[in-house]
Amino acid sequence: MKIILKQIKIIDPSSSLNEVNDILIEDGVIKKIGSINEDEFKSSKIFEMDGKIVTPGFFDMHVHLREPGREDEETIETGSNAAAVGGFTGIACMPNTNPAIDSAEVVRFIKEKSSNHLVDVFPIGAATLNRKGESISPILELYEAGVVGFSDDGNVIKSAGILRNVLEYSKITKAPVIEHCEDESLADGAMNESFTSTLLGLPGIPTVAEDLIVARDIMMAEYVDGKVHIAHISSKKSVELVRQAKKNGIKVTAEVTPHHFTLTDENLKTFDTNYKMNPPLRSREDVEAIIEGLKDGTIDCIASDHAPHSIEEKEMEFIFAPNGIIGLETQIGLAISELVKKKHLTIEQLIEKFAINPRKILNLEIPKIKVGEKANLTILDPEIIWTVDVSKFKSKSKNSPFDKKLLTGKAIAVINKNKMFYEDKFFTI
Amino acid sequence: MALASRHLLGLNGVPKEDIQLILDTARTFREVLERPIKKVPTLQGKTIVNLFYENSTRTRISFELAQKRLSADTINFSTSTSSTKKGETFKDTVRNIEAMKVDMIVVRHQSAGVPHYLTRISNANIINAGDGLHEHPTQGLLDMYSINEKLGRLEGLNVCIVGDVAHSRVALSNIFGLKTMGANVSVCGPATMIPIGIEKLGVKVFHRIDDAIKNNDVLNVLRIQLERDAGRRIPSLREYHQFFGITTDRIKNHNPDILILHPGPINRGVEISSEAADGPYQIILDQVTNGVAVRMAVLYLLGTMH
Repeated sequence: MKIILKQIKIIDPSSSLNEVNDILIEDGVIKKIGSINEDEFKSSKIFEMDGKIVTPGFFDMHVHLREPGREDEETIETGSNAAAVGGFTGIACMPNTNPAIDSAEVVRFIKEKSSNHLVDVFPIGAATLNRKGESISPILELYEAGVVGFSDDGNVIKSAGILRNVLEYSKITKAPVIEHCEDESLADGAMNESFTSTLLGLPGIPTVAEDLIVARDIMMAEYVDGKVHIAHISSKKSVELVRQAKKNGIKVTAEVTPHHFTLTDENLKTFDTNYKMNPPLRSREDVEAIIEGLKDGTIDCIASDHAPHSIEEKEMEFIFAPNGIIGLETQIGLAISELVKKKHLTIEQLIEKFAINPRKILNLEIPKIKVGEKANLTILDPEIIWTVDVSKFKSKSKNSPFDKKLLTGKAIAVINKNKMFYEDKFFTI
Repeated sequence: MALASRHLLGLNGVPKEDIQLILDTARTFREVLERPIKKVPTLQGKTIVNLFYENSTRTRISFELAQKRLSADTINFSTSTSSTKKGETFKDTVRNIEAMKVDMIVVRHQSAGVPHYLTRISNANIINAGDGLHEHPTQGLLDMYSINEKLGRLEGLNVCIVGDVAHSRVALSNIFGLKTMGANVSVCGPATMIPIGIEKLGVKVFHRIDDAIKNNDVLNVLRIQLERDAGRRIPSLREYHQFFGITTDRIKNHNPDILILHPGPINRGVEISSEAADGPYQIILDQVTNGVAVRMAVLYLLGTMH
């Protein structure tokens, strides 16, 4: 089958493309960019794309799919559907499933279950067995089965000694160790520790709980010459630590979630548990530092930390409610609204943070918009104004604080693996 | 005169005239409590549920008595959070109770924000009887009532809250209420017990109890949680008493005119010595009596709103 994306703006930072043109895709491969003849027009399905932007497919490197174990909250399929709606052609899924992704069997189960979907799913392996922090998981076996990084996400790798050994092994695989940075002895709280937590009477988690582990991990990455990726960075000091480490040539990268550059701890004043996450929403000052970090490249990429929870578990007394929100279907809209429209990032920079850098960190092939390449594409409408409606989400869970929020910009289609998702339908192209 | 809100969730943001109205109304009920027949028909036909998810004897009894004095029908639902965590959700419990047609809910819960959440899932008037480390507004009101009863004013008084301010809902309600009424509020305790940013509320911080005694008209002495704190946020109960405990000697040496309040229950020999707890400087049992009157005032003002 042949399709034509007509008069679409093509932006691909890795091939320095930035032009309006037509793209012909045949059997999932980019056949032509520009000067499409009448015969080709006649034999193709035409998509009018005035004002739209096509980019290399977006990738979310921090997603919780809940399968195996909590299929009532999300499955590999529903999470992948949510990713497609949200504009992603690839995701990496975190190992805090039940069982955890700490054996080749679980990796194969996920790969198998996701193999026919448009969205590529890459498992992250547990850094330690059952994410308990006690003994290191079979890292080489997991890597051979297809994991692209190692993490105890949800937990920090508790001991520096274990972290060291995981990092030593990751030198063989080149896969990064992805850290949930939190000193647990300081983190027995329900929100950011601040004047606001004092006012709300909620136990606080100070930023120093994150900063200490970021500092530890950077020092360990330097010592071992390993590769550490800081998940969901949230504090000003941590951004500064990563900035300095990068200047010193240490192999450290960082991601931030849309909620950490959009919301602050003041949002908790209603005690709505959809604002409860870990790391917690921080102060305005932290948000500003994060935006600076995105601008100067200290923060490499944006990832959702998509964390589905059932309504009955999330809608609970505040201190008992679980942490986390879903984000796959809102994050491009939030990033365009908060970063591009407010002129913090150019659209090219945004594409690097969503399409290029996450794959670089995970050593994955970066899709290119080029004749002869497989079409792995995200199509954006950067100007569309839309209202978030959680009831329409493809995700099985609805725990989002952005319901009813007005956003500018969203993905309208994705193309990958010879399939397209457009106008709420998956079809083969 | 009517209150601005149909709920009492905390004293943060409650206007001065509303606090004054509650205190004035409480004075009327305080007189009722001295009569041979201590009951008025004011809330006859109203149904009030006391929803207590945390152990509390005195606050629950005080509310229950206030409700009975006002002739309301009272139901008590007490449970520990650990048991409900496994079974029915909080929301379902509330929906069930609501289905029995209740007019007001008095709620105590170990999580901050539960009263606010209740206003979203229930149509009843909600009264916060203590939510986590957040607020305990009727305690704040009864403390203000008791200080005013004894000293004749709140405005311009120097009031210090002593102890584990960071883990106290009494402290925050006192701070908000007293500041609104024009008092100067300070706190005193070891640094581990002073919450972050408290000075942004216009509150002075003392770390020496003698300074706190010297510089204040009133001390509101908080309970130390014995099981939770020793060895973690304070080295020992003994050391705490030695450096922060209220004793008759300290009062005599530094400020014999001081007024001592304590929300109870008292740990004798920890935050206050036995002698001081029974001595002439304190009004601890007056607080208990006034608590019933203040709660009657709150129930009356909310229960008769249209």
